[in-house]
Amino acid sequence: MGAFDLLMNGLVTAADPMLLLYALIGVTLGTAVGVLPGIGPALTVALLLPVTFRMDPAGSLIMFAGIYYGGMYGGSTTSILLNTPGESASIITALEGNKMARKGRGGPALATAAIGSFIAGLIATLLLAFFAPFIVKKALAFGSPEYFALMMLAFVTVSAAFGDSTLRGLTSLFLGLALGCIGIDQLTGQTRLAFGQAELLDGIEVTTLAVAMFALGEALAVAGTRNKAEEKVEAVKGSVWMTRQDWARSWKPWLRGTLIGFPIGAMPAGGAEIGTFLSYSAEKKLSKHPEEFGHGAIEGVAGPEAANNASAAGTLVPLLTLGLPTSATAAIMLAGFMQFGLQPGPLLFATNPGLVWSLIASLLIANFMLLVLNLPLIGLWVRLLTIPKPWLYAGILLFATLGTIGANPSTFELGMLLGFGILGYVMRLFGYPIAPIVVGLILGPLAEIHLRRALSISQGDWTVLFHSYLSIGLLTAAALALIVPVILRARGKGQVLSQLAGDED
Amino acid sequence: MTDHSEQNHRRPDVAAMVIAAGLAVIGGVMLWDSARLADLGGYSGIGPASAPRVIGGGIILLAIWTAFEAFRGDFPERPKQDLGPVFWIIAGLALQMMLLNYAGFSIATGIMFALTARAFGKRNLALTVPVGIAISFVVWFIFTQYLMLHLPAGPLEHLFVKGA
Repeated sequence: MGAFDLLMNGLVTAADPMLLLYALIGVTLGTAVGVLPGIGPALTVALLLPVTFRMDPAGSLIMFAGIYYGGMYGGSTTSILLNTPGESASIITALEGNKMARKGRGGPALATAAIGSFIAGLIATLLLAFFAPFIVKKALAFGSPEYFALMMLAFVTVSAAFGDSTLRGLTSLFLGLALGCIGIDQLTGQTRLAFGQAELLDGIEVTTLAVAMFALGEALAVAGTRNKAEEKVEAVKGSVWMTRQDWARSWKPWLRGTLIGFPIGAMPAGGAEIGTFLSYSAEKKLSKHPEEFGHGAIEGVAGPEAANNASAAGTLVPLLTLGLPTSATAAIMLAGFMQFGLQPGPLLFATNPGLVWSLIASLLIANFMLLVLNLPLIGLWVRLLTIPKPWLYAGILLFATLGTIGANPSTFELGMLLGFGILGYVMRLFGYPIAPIVVGLILGPLAEIHLRRALSISQGDWTVLFHSYLSIGLLTAAALALIVPVILRARGKGQVLSQLAGDED
Repeated sequence: MTDHSEQNHRRPDVAAMVIAAGLAVIGGVMLWDSARLADLGGYSGIGPASAPRVIGGGIILLAIWTAFEAFRGDFPERPKQDLGPVFWIIAGLALQMMLLNYAGFSIATGIMFALTARAFGKRNLALTVPVGIAISFVVWFIFTQYLMLHLPAGPLEHLFVKGA
C-alpha cells in the first residue's frame, strides 16, 4: 500500500467519535496553554502523562499531538495581543504582530497567523505522511551503530550547537545523562547511583523532571524576577478579516514559511524557533515593503507563524520514524509512547500501522478544528489572558503536583519534584538551557544500550561505529556541530547563535 | 551601587564558583559509585560502570571549565531576584509534601495553592486558603471519581465521599 492508501485508512479510523473527542480536547487544551504565558506544550503533555496512564493509547497520543499543534496556534495570539510570547516559537511573531495590534490591525494579524498556521500544518502533515514510509524503509536497515551516531548528533545539536554558551548547554546535557544513569542497569541488573533508596531503583521519572523544570522552575523564576514590566493586552479592534491586499501579501510567506519550517523541524537541531527566525529574515529580504518591518509588516507574522507550525509537523518525522525526539515536546511525547509500551521507530510502522496512521490522519483533522477554534472563537482565548497571575500560577502548580501525586503519591517523589524545581530555577537564573537536561535523561539510557549492543556484537571492536557511511556522516556532523559554534563564539560571532537558542518548545 | 556592578562583571563570580564546585562533587560521586560496580563488560568490553565513568569524568571537566569562566567573570549578568516570593512557593510545596499523606490531597494542595498565590501578590490567606482547598477538592473529586487517579484522601475527603 502506498502512503496515500495508508493515510486514507488512517482517516477512516481517526473519524471514530471517541478519537475525534480526544483530538478536540487536545487542540483546545493546546490552544489554551499556547495562549497562557508561562506554560507551553511540553509542560502540558508532561502534566497529562500520568493522567492518561489508564486511557486508550491511540486516543492519548492523538491528544498529545493535538496539544503540540494547538500550542503553536495559541502562542501567536499571546504574541500579537500581549507582546509576551506564549511559547518560544512565537517570539518573532511578537515583533511584527504586536506592532500591528497597536495600530488597530490586530484582527488581520491574528487571521494571517491562524490561516498561515492552518496551511502550513496541512502541507507539513501531508509531507510527513509522504516522507515517513521512505525514512522507515531506510531506517529498518539501521543497526545499533547508526542509532548511536544519530543520538550523538541529537545530543550535540540540542545542547551545544545553539544558544549562547557551549559550556552551559553541555552542562545541562551531562546533568541529564547523569540522571539517566540512576537505577538498575538494564543489561546486568546492577544498581547505579541509587544509594540504597528503593524509590530510585526504577530511575528518575521523565515526567517528574520535566514538570519540575518547566512548571516549578518557571513559576519560581517569574516570582523572583523584580520590576515586572507592565503588560497590556491589546483589544482586538475592527474586523478580523483580512483585506484583499493582506491576502496578496500573506500567501507567499505562508508557503515559504512552510518550506523553511518543515525540514528544520525534521532535522535533529532542536526547537521550532530556528525556522521562525530564518523565515522572518527571508521575508524581510524579499518583501516589497521592507520599510514596514519593525512597524507591523504582515509578512513578518505570516511567514514565521507558518514556519513554526510546519516545524511542529517536521519534528514528528524523526520522532515517529526513528524514535528520535528533536525538541522538548517531542521528547516528552516519546515518554508518552513508552508509557503505553510502544517504542516509536521503524518497527512501530510495521507492528502497529493502524495506530501510526490514525495519529497522522488525526493531525489533519486537528488542523481543521484549530482553524475553527482560533478564528471565530478568538475572543474567548483573549479572555484567558486576563486571568490574574496569582490564580494562574497557583493553578499551574496545583496541576503540576497533581500529575506527580497521581503517578506516585509518595513524599519522596514530591521531594524530588521540589528539588528539580529549585534546580530548574537556578538553571534559568544562570542562563542554562532546559531542553538538554530532559533530552539527556530520555536519550542517555537509549544511547548507552545501543553503544553496548553494538560493541557486544563486534566483540569490543570500536571501529564498528564507523562501518557504514551513514554513521560516519552522522558522527562527523555531530563533531562539526560541537566544534564550529565554539570557534564562532570565540571569534565574537556568537550573537546569531544565541538568537537561535533552542528552548523548551 | 551603579559603579559597583560594572566592576562586579569582571570580578570572579562567586555564585558561578559554587556551581563549579557542585558539579565537581556530582562528577566525583559518579566516579566513586561506579568504582564499586562489578564490571561485567562481557564481549563488548564496556559494562555498567563505563557510562557513569565517562559522564562523571565529563562533568568534572565541565566543572573545571565553569570555574575558569567564573574566575574570568564570563557568566551573563543575572536579573535581580526577590527571594521572598521564591521562598513562599518553596514553603508551599514543602508543606504540601509533608502534609499530603496526613491531611489528604485537598488540604495539603490548598495550602500550597494559597502560598503560591501569596508569592504572586494575593496576600490575604484567610481568602486564598479556603479557595485553594475548595478548588483542590473539586479537582480531587473529578480525578479520583471519574478519571481513576489515586490521590491521597484525608479527613475532608472522607467527610464527603464514603470509603475514599
